Amino acid sequence: MIAFLIRRLLQGALVMLTVAFIAFSMFRFVGDPVTNMLPQDATLEQRTELQERLGLNDPLPLQFGHFVTNAVQGDFGISYRNQRPVSDLIAERLPATMEMVFAAVVLSLVIGIPMGVYTALRRDSWLSHLLQGVSLAGISVPTFVTGILLILVFSVWLNWLPSFGRGDVVEIGGWSTGLLTVSGIKALIMPVITLSLFQITLIMRLVRAEMLEVLKTDYIRFARARGLTNRAVHFGHALRNTLMPVITITGLQIGALIAFAIITETVFQWPGMGLLFMQAVSFVDIPVMSAYLVMVSLIFVVINTIVDMLYFVVDPRLRVDAGKNTTGA
Amino acid sequence: MSTVTQRLNDDWRRFIDSDLFYSFRRSPITIVAFVVVVTLILAAIFAPWIAPHDPFDVSTLSLLNSELPPAWVAGGDPAFLLGTDGQGRDVLSALLYGARISILVGLASVAFAMTLGVCLGLLAAYVGGTVDALIMRIADVMISFPPILVALLINGVARGVLPPEMQHDAVIFVLILAIGLTTWVQYARTVRGSTLVEKNREYVLAARVIGLRSRSIMAKHILPNVIGPILVVATVNLAIAILIEAALSFLGVGMPPTEPSLGTLIRIGNEFLFSGVWWVVIFPSAVLVLLVLSVNLLGDWLRDALNPKLR
Repeated sequence: MIAFLIRRLLQGALVMLTVAFIAFSMFRFVGDPVTNMLPQDATLEQRTELQERLGLNDPLPLQFGHFVTNAVQGDFGISYRNQRPVSDLIAERLPATMEMVFAAVVLSLVIGIPMGVYTALRRDSWLSHLLQGVSLAGISVPTFVTGILLILVFSVWLNWLPSFGRGDVVEIGGWSTGLLTVSGIKALIMPVITLSLFQITLIMRLVRAEMLEVLKTDYIRFARARGLTNRAVHFGHALRNTLMPVITITGLQIGALIAFAIITETVFQWPGMGLLFMQAVSFVDIPVMSAYLVMVSLIFVVINTIVDMLYFVVDPRLRVDAGKNTTGA
Repeated sequence: MSTVTQRLNDDWRRFIDSDLFYSFRRSPITIVAFVVVVTLILAAIFAPWIAPHDPFDVSTLSLLNSELPPAWVAGGDPAFLLGTDGQGRDVLSALLYGARISILVGLASVAFAMTLGVCLGLLAAYVGGTVDALIMRIADVMISFPPILVALLINGVARGVLPPEMQHDAVIFVLILAIGLTTWVQYARTVRGSTLVEKNREYVLAARVIGLRSRSIMAKHILPNVIGPILVVATVNLAIAILIEAALSFLGVGMPPTEPSLGTLIRIGNEFLFSGVWWVVIFPSAVLVLLVLSVNLLGDWLRDALNPKLR
């Protein structure tokens, strides 16, 4: 267990170093940081002074060392466009994205799991066929099209829900939340549906496939032979073993959700990290781009590691041949 | 001459009698998807000839024709079957040209990703050792990040590096590069898997014994035997590539409005949404969904049809 943990952490650190190196190269070699950070009419003295202060005259490995040291302390420099510390910008935007992603995960589990169980247990009912068909269509509809359709129907035609922004937010200890006001909840509905639609179909298909697999195994037949009720067999025995991969996939999908949030946030003008990143991309605001990259990678690595651990804790079979089975990233 | 027709006839017979065609004929959904894809591709190829208007010829545009609804809605003009956008551009014509660019970028990036992935996968499996470890670790890191994020980053970096005057012409190549570099991993993994099996077969040993160079063993002997599964991956990835391009263009970092793809058209249409002008955004969205759904269905069918376990 300890060896596994250490190996996993080392792997994560290696990934983070690679990402940091990419972020550093972006900052150092894409455009000239000095020109980007100074006003147009800067004098030569100002230029050399800034060059000195940024340490751009140091040897490259030393510069990279500085970059990593600063990044670990949460210092990613100054945004070229806003002239404000990047860490402040990210901290402002983080709650909005996290709330949306969290709500989307909860929604996709709450809807996806029952749908998957139903389609597995009643394979031939018309509702199952309908859900299966709809889920295939759901995978083929891009996020932004879903969002636009929702806006067209519920904002433009019916005028029920706001089409942009977060509504009113409440500050609680530096974390701004929209969950406590009516307008905040109303603003959250459409972005969350947009973001979770793909996840719902994914979880439904996964639960269905796993459930069908599990229902064929010996211990289910044995449980039936013991005369247990259908209910006990399906929910006590089968579903429990089905949920294992669901936990993994959900965990891994949180990363994908953060990335999809870029699109959702653009459609709904949701003031989160994704929108910040998109603005940074269109203005080639490299410090914001590299900070976002490092942040998202960190979330990724942390979640992947936690999910691996969870697997390890929940499934005792893995512990036996852990030595052989740790290569998967 | 007659032997050639004879041979063609034989090939045709064999194709008609093949398992693949049989399973194709048996699946009505696949036939519909196939017809849709072929129709869209033909429409895209012949866009300049079948489009009723030239959406890029500014001299024919008239603001008097702007925001006309589709022909069957009150106030519509039969000359503009699917209506016009804010500059008086015919939506149907813009759609045909947009599909052309979307499909072009999709196919080109699949070709690029496939070439890159197949080469790296072959190399990793055949050479093994450090090369293998290096390539597959890069693949591991790449696949753990969502494709849209990687494509955005590559796109952003390319735009920062290129001089401004080149950016407009290079945008389509930057897109193909970004999408290709994001999606090669699956090809590499698939090829590596099958190559690891193939490289210990007798025919490879025989080829090595007679002194062929590694390069020609890989290209001429192993490659033809591992290409089957790659076709399935390519079909599914065509849908993914079209979606990534559409998303990038929608986000405003893809094709410019002067040379719109379906994603750009949806982005343009999105700006008209609040004035109740729904047709500018709905039709490109519908075509995009139809295209991606049909390609996905074809990919699903191909995967099942080529999978010997399901026969």
